[in-house]
Amino acid sequence: MINVQEADFDLNKQYTMLRAKDNTDGAIVTFIGLVRDFNQGHDVTGLFLEHYPAMTQKSLEKISDRAKKRFNVNQLDIIHRVGQLNLGDQIVYVGVSSPHREEAFSCAQFVMDFLKKEAPFWKKETRKQHNKDVWVETNQKDKEALKKWQ
Amino acid sequence: MIKVLFFGRLRELLNCSEIQIDDFELGSVANLRVLLAKKGPKWAEFIEGNNALVAVNQDMVDESSQIKTGDEVAFFPPVTGG
Repeated sequence: MINVQEADFDLNKQYTMLRAKDNTDGAIVTFIGLVRDFNQGHDVTGLFLEHYPAMTQKSLEKISDRAKKRFNVNQLDIIHRVGQLNLGDQIVYVGVSSPHREEAFSCAQFVMDFLKKEAPFWKKETRKQHNKDVWVETNQKDKEALKKWQ
Repeated sequence: MIKVLFFGRLRELLNCSEIQIDDFELGSVANLRVLLAKKGPKWAEFIEGNNALVAVNQDMVDESSQIKTGDEVAFFPPVTGG
């Protein structure tokens, strides 16, 4: 399941969906990314998440396909929110079920590393004074994160 | 005819989200960059800065990729989702 949506999501519901399939899985790993204060400033109120609608779903599907080929996982779910979000809001969800925990952990990590490098989303920090909104920069750590998968 | 889209910081820099180019002769992404750079100083800046990633028909491509009539090309800054 891959969803790009404005609406929030509920971890309990997602977890139930991951568990319900069959009894061959011994591990479930879930990751949730939150909106944090990039600027450590007091006037940051949240983020606007812009995306490239025609490409977003396709890009996440490609990442998901690559991950499923590489790791022994039974289910892989991704949700990414777009639009206006507040500090502390949930922004991204990755849920993996697998017979073994190593594969589940690695798969979730793999998906997040590629999502942060390839999926067409852009964060703009919104501030109390709207004329000061600032685009968030990529960081070096995210750029280098893919090296471990080569 | 090709459609060219711009996103994020780039869309704001150029004050443009979409253009159509009717007379683009078949060529590479690099050729298209040269053509766009002629539209003005800000366009040249983003072309020369080489900071824009490119997707053709919603797949990331490199500079040598060929563009054909009817394609949707998108330029955008490094992504910051997740």
